This record gives sequence, C-alpha cells and structure tokens, in this order.
Amino acid sequence: MTTPSRPGGAMVEFSGVGLRYGPDAEVLSDVSFNLQPGSFYFLTGASGAGKTSLLKMLYLAQRPSRGIVRLFGEDLVNMPRHRLPGFRRRIGVVFQDFRLIPHLSARDNIALPLRIAGVSEEDLAGPVGEMLSWIGLAERADAFPPTLSGGEQQRVAIARAVIARPQLLVADEPTGNVDPDMAMRLLGLFEALNRLGTTVVVATHDIHLISRIENAQMMRLEKGRLSDPTGALRYPPNRA
Amino acid sequence: MIIPRVPAQHRRLLPDRRLSGPTPWVIAILMLLTLLAAAAGMGLARSANAIGSAIAGRVTVQIVTANPVTRAEQAAALRRAAAAQPFVREARAVEQAELKATLGQWFGSEDGSEGGDDPVLQSLPLPALVDIDFVGEDRAGHMNQLRAVVSREAPGARIIPHAEWLGPVARLIRSLAWVAGGLVVLMTLASAAVVIMTARAALGTHYATIEMLHMIGATDQQITRLFQRRIAIDTAYGIALGTVVAALILLLIGWQWSGITSGLAATASLGATGWALLLALPLLAIALAALTARQTLLAALQKIL
Repeated sequence: MTTPSRPGGAMVEFSGVGLRYGPDAEVLSDVSFNLQPGSFYFLTGASGAGKTSLLKMLYLAQRPSRGIVRLFGEDLVNMPRHRLPGFRRRIGVVFQDFRLIPHLSARDNIALPLRIAGVSEEDLAGPVGEMLSWIGLAERADAFPPTLSGGEQQRVAIARAVIARPQLLVADEPTGNVDPDMAMRLLGLFEALNRLGTTVVVATHDIHLISRIENAQMMRLEKGRLSDPTGALRYPPNRA
Repeated sequence: MIIPRVPAQHRRLLPDRRLSGPTPWVIAILMLLTLLAAAAGMGLARSANAIGSAIAGRVTVQIVTANPVTRAEQAAALRRAAAAQPFVREARAVEQAELKATLGQWFGSEDGSEGGDDPVLQSLPLPALVDIDFVGEDRAGHMNQLRAVVSREAPGARIIPHAEWLGPVARLIRSLAWVAGGLVVLMTLASAAVVIMTARAALGTHYATIEMLHMIGATDQQITRLFQRRIAIDTAYGIALGTVVAALILLLIGWQWSGITSGLAATASLGATGWALLLALPLLAIALAALTARQTLLAALQKIL
C-alpha cells in the first residue's frame, strides 16, 4: 500500500522510496510518508518486514535505491557525503544491539555525541551527570559496557541518543531488554523529549508500549510496504 | 600536521595498545635496512666520484727503451718538458725503487721481506714511468698536446690514461651505489605498504567504532585524525628504534673505517652532507607514513556512507 505524502512543513518526507541490497528483490517498495515536527510515531511490523531498513534510511546509514527522501527540508538522496555529519548530529539513534563502544566507560559513551560536536569538557559534565542519574546509573558511570547488564547497556545507549537533544530520535526496539518499569521510564523520557519538540520514531513489537503514548501514530510495515492502519499518516494531526 | 593534535578524551576512542602489533617492529627493521642501504649508497657514490675525478685527469707515460741509461734520460727529459706545459698540473717520475717495492710485494725478497731485492726482479728490465696530472677539463685536447711532447722527448713511449683501467672499477662502484639507492626506494615503498596495511587493518578492527562515530555525526577528518595520530606515533616508535640501531652500526663501521687511510676504501666516507641526509631520512619517513595513513584512511572512509 502506498501512502500519499503531504508536502510542506514535514521534518521527514519519503516519496516512492524503494530499497534493495545488491541484485536482490526490494526490501522496501513504494514507501511514502511524512513525519511532522514534534510528532510521535511507532513503527511496527513482523520480523523481516523492513523496519530496520527503513530506520537506517531515517538515520542516514543508507541511501534509497529509488525515490525521494527529504530530511529537515533537504534532499538526502543526492546530498554530498561531506554534508551528512551535520544532519546526523540532529538525529539521535538507539540501536537494537546498543552499539556501545566497549572500551569507553558508560559516562564516556554518553558524552560521545557532545564531544564529537565540539562541546567542551566543562560544559558536558553537567548534562552527562544528570543523564546518568536519570537512567539510574550514576553509581556505575565509570563501568565499561561489557560489565553492564543488557538493560543497563540499553539505558546507556538511550542516554547517548538523547544527550544532544536531537530534533529527530529514532529507536529500534529500545525497550527490548529492560524490565516493564524501566521500559515505562524510558518511554517517559521519549515522551518528554517529544514534548520539547523532538520528533520520535520508535520501532517496536510491544503493543502495550504503543497504547501508553497518547496521540502517537502508527506505521506498519508488511513485506516491505507501508500500511496506515490509523489513517494518521494520511491526515497527520497538527501538533504545532 | 604529521602527528595531528587530538583531544585527550577523543584519543580514548581507540584502545591503548601501543607497540602491541607488528607494525612498529616491521617499520624498525625496514628503517634500519633503509638507513644502512642509504649510507652504503652515499659512501659508494662519493667513492666513485672521488675515483672518477682522480683518474679522469691523470695519465702515466711508460718508456720502454731497452737501454737503461737512455730510458732514464728520456724519463727525465719528458718530466721536465711536461712540467713546463701549461696544461700540466704536475709531472712526476716514478722512482725505480718505488717500482721495485711495488713489484716486490709479489716477487718477494731473499730475506722474505717485501723489499724487492729478489734476484729475478733485479734482473727484470723495468720501464720508466712518468705520472702526469692535467689541469682543467679538456682531456682530449690535453692528450693531443701531450702526445706531441712525448713523441718529441721519448719516441715510442706509451701513454696510459688511468681512466682506461680504473674506469671500470669506478663504474662498478657507481652501479653499486645505484643498487643501494634502488634498495632505499624499494624499502621506502615497502614501508608505505606496511602503513597502508596497518591503516586498513585498523579500520577493519575498529569498524564498529567508526560506524558508530559516523552515525553520531563524526566527520571523516575527525576519524582520520584519530587513526592517523595512532599510526604516526606507532610508526615513529619503529622509525626511532630503527634509526638508533642503524646509527650505532654506522658509527661502529665509521670507527673501523677511520683506520683505513689508503686505497679505494679511504674515499668511501659519508661526509657532512651524507650524515645530514641520513638524519633527514627518518623525519621524511615519519612524514611519509603519516601522509600515507591519512590518504588511506580518507579513501577507505569515502566508501562508507
């Protein structure tokens, strides 16, 4: 199913996007949607439906094989490579497999986006400390990822994704390894960021999670094609 | 910058495993061999040049007149006449005693010394020799003028240019110098190849970190600086080690060489310029390694989105 896009003011615009890896069949076909600034989206679908591939295009790890992708109003398909880092700094990503740097402490992993952006050590100490306290790992700030539990690693990964206050937050199964209580706290963090204006896209299988966020919209991928069960994508609410 | 400045917090992005891999040690060995080859090449080149300039303007006139008295008179007359020519810097008659002493090294003496008093040697009719050094570069013109003088003062005498018999030796030494230069180039290429392989291996080993850094907005330059610094430092360690060992070997050889004051060996010194070039090589090697690493890293990163 192809969802028609509504141009104008969208933070993300996909139009007729297809993606294939090598000579194989397309893993995503004719995907079209708009993500409005400050909205909250859940992306669902069975394993292998193409969720991760779609997210990879959202966080600029993959260019589409065809179609148009616009992010923050700019064409990303033909964008020169050297301009991508500037866009990536406006996007926070929570990876399914965390991708923490194993020889960096939890504190250094969380501080990484700020350091890459050139924030001074003096200026980043406060936010990193607050973030560590918020995810309940202040006591384990100097611990290295291999010594952290799966849930703790996931919290560090989420903290790293949101520390730089991204305009777009993309999370791939962000609560898959935490207990229900922590899942709700993390979702609360996403919601808080969303209220501050961050557009949030969460890929999840957890139907209970979806029901917890008021006004969240749902995108469903089925065999590489996007469906729109709520109609929200077709007529997104004005949250400005 | 050869070793780029990277904030201390960023350096931790790569685990601290300095000198743990083979790179510094391979670079040390290559640097050692490069410096030894370069020193040998420069020494041989200087030797070839010294021999070349020494033999290019020298001839020996060999007077083989049968009568020893006439032979001695012709030699004396030729020496005087040659010395009076403006194109001759020096003309020297080789003493018969000097000739006998030289030949005595092969003939021996009755008492076993090299004095040249062997009866056979004493009975040999030795030629009279006159060594003549030319002035200036017009060798062909000087030879023609000398032939005229020789035919007048010592008819039948042979003129033997030293370049005829020492020339092949000089050419051989020069060829060896070129071989040494070729080895320097080859080992420099091998060093660059080691750096390229190291850079690629580092990218492979730390691919996950690089991918993560890209995803959070790190630029190619930020990532390259990180790896370039590490590779340049590792390489510098290797180069320093190779240089120290090479310097010790060269100083030892130089010390032994200083005892040799005659023959071709005496001409094979490095000189101040040679030592300066040798000292510049390690610095050039570090710069080359850093540049190679940088270009390799940037090219590899270009392949990642």
